[in-house]
Amino acid sequence: MDLLEYQGKQLFARHGVPVPNGAPASTVEQAVAAADELGYPCVVKAQVLIGGRGKAGGIKLANDRAEAEQHARAILGMDIRGFTVHEVWVEQASDIAAEYYASIVFDRAAKKPLVMLSTKGGMDIEEVADRDPEAIAKLHVDPLLGFQDFHARRLAFDAGVDADVIRGVGALLTKLYDAFVSEEAMLVEVNPMIVTGDRSVAALDAKVTLDDNALFRHASNAELRDVSGEDPQERMARERGLTYVKLDGNVGILGNGAGLVMSTLDVVAQAGGSPANFLDAGGGAKADEITSAVEVILSNDAVTAVLFNIFGGITRCDEVARGLIEAFDQIEPEVPFVVRLDGTNDKEGRALLAEANLPNVHTEATMLGAAEKVVELANR
Amino acid sequence: MSVFVDRDTRLCVSGITGREGTFHTLNNKRYGTNVVSGVTPGKGGQDVDGVPVFNTFHDAVAETGANTAMIFVPPRFAADSILEAEDAGIALIVAITEGIPAHDELRVYNHLARNDGVRLVGPNCPGILSPGKANVGIIPAAFFKEGNVGVVSRSGTLTYQIGNELAQRGFGNSSIVGIGGDPVPGTSFIDVIAAFESDPETELIVMAGEIGGSAEEEAAEYIAENVSKPVVAYIAGFTAPPGKTMGHAGAIVSGSSGTAKAKQEALEARGVRVGQTPTQVAEIVAA
Repeated sequence: MDLLEYQGKQLFARHGVPVPNGAPASTVEQAVAAADELGYPCVVKAQVLIGGRGKAGGIKLANDRAEAEQHARAILGMDIRGFTVHEVWVEQASDIAAEYYASIVFDRAAKKPLVMLSTKGGMDIEEVADRDPEAIAKLHVDPLLGFQDFHARRLAFDAGVDADVIRGVGALLTKLYDAFVSEEAMLVEVNPMIVTGDRSVAALDAKVTLDDNALFRHASNAELRDVSGEDPQERMARERGLTYVKLDGNVGILGNGAGLVMSTLDVVAQAGGSPANFLDAGGGAKADEITSAVEVILSNDAVTAVLFNIFGGITRCDEVARGLIEAFDQIEPEVPFVVRLDGTNDKEGRALLAEANLPNVHTEATMLGAAEKVVELANR
Repeated sequence: MSVFVDRDTRLCVSGITGREGTFHTLNNKRYGTNVVSGVTPGKGGQDVDGVPVFNTFHDAVAETGANTAMIFVPPRFAADSILEAEDAGIALIVAITEGIPAHDELRVYNHLARNDGVRLVGPNCPGILSPGKANVGIIPAAFFKEGNVGVVSRSGTLTYQIGNELAQRGFGNSSIVGIGGDPVPGTSFIDVIAAFESDPETELIVMAGEIGGSAEEEAAEYIAENVSKPVVAYIAGFTAPPGKTMGHAGAIVSGSSGTAKAKQEALEARGVRVGQTPTQVAEIVAA
């Protein structure tokens, strides 16, 4: 789960990472009141889960109340690369002497947290990595040892930070690591990390990705999910406990097991079709869960045909068949279905479908055959 | 021969008294796996269909000589259970549990890495099946028979699909190892491929990867340098959009890294044949 900038900053602040004072606002009035409270100059920043806010005009400096109001009015409701701005963060303007970069990522390959520090902050770090890889100091940390002062010193000296802020940068990194571990983040990124005119160090931006699997231990973080930007079908699926990703095609897909569903999308695409979604009904799905999943798939108007691709292990094919029959009872789908059942109780499942004789439901014996059939029906 | 589990396996199941734990334990036992004990704290002294239950792994090891653990407890208890099994001296830990927090997996991985005598397979995996010998996990054994194709995969049902396509062409398996779909698998493709390379029964290796991370690319390097047996690969997730987790916690394309295309290219560049569909994988094996 990705956090908005201000949510990330509030999370940082809980762990002692210095951040500028600010306040969130979802109306122009709130934004102006916040600006008055913080004092001028201040910065009005669009809160959306996408980069490039500054270039899109979503970050503006306000020197007085009139400008704060003007910027808040312009930014609230603005569309930034497909994301509507519902909130702004109003923040005291900072006196910036230098822009650095700091991040901690969950390095899957090394199986250790990777801490990165650079004095080339304020720009796209992937560009810096391409152009000038030496400019980024990197260090893996043993998670059982934790982040030590010597780690911070090594990074600071390697990156070549100004001598008078080595201590301040190190302190920020230590607190950032604490936030990364305590909040169970997959990524914390500060770009830029600034050195101010009076030589203090602060996080001027915050990018935080939290581990969804750990949210049960962090109830207050779980509440931060931004549902306003969420796709309606994805939200519906999440509320029903289904693993669903919306795509832009017209072939609805249901399968069991993430790998098999991914493979099904690929095979449909190879057959000339375009998948409308990824939906993993999971292991051991019962009939009512299948019915519920069909509702989610069909709530996407783009869907013109649906493919069921099931290889039953824990999942029983007769349960899947029962779920489909129930779905036809409840919602009377208007689009054709292609069903391929293999594995546990496949014969029973196929027999149930044959007996029910549902309108416009075709059974196929193989995954490839089913993919070809559904593409033909979807594009008819 | 086979890898990791066989007739010498003495299995102890953590979470044996839970609904899923009981169901799959008894399935494994019916298959012929030597299930010697189970662990559920507070239920020591009970039994599950004749399998004795202990309060701790230490008791289970002392009393029943368990050498393999299967972890079936919910995500919030799973890391602790794995660590307990290691502490009790278990040599092979198979973690079926899905949804373990990533930082827990990181701690567990780095702790177990200090002990050469232990292997963790999973988490979030279907387990290991050595047809005709032992089944530890949830793989539906009825679809597989003994043979000489070793299969290693990040996904359960995709493994069944590929295994079934192989079976229809007359191929059986030495072992089928699910390494799981999480970001920090205890056992990598490389570990399993190395085991298949030195297993005399295995004549050909099938690996099924998916988007996310770089384990397939690392395997490609390893195969080119170290593996004499033919390897056929499959990669799932060509149509997955960047930034979206496709069911498995580890299946995500981040920016430009972890794509199916990059994995396919890395494998092919190292001489590994990659099937475009599960069916094609079986056709390549049969050719």
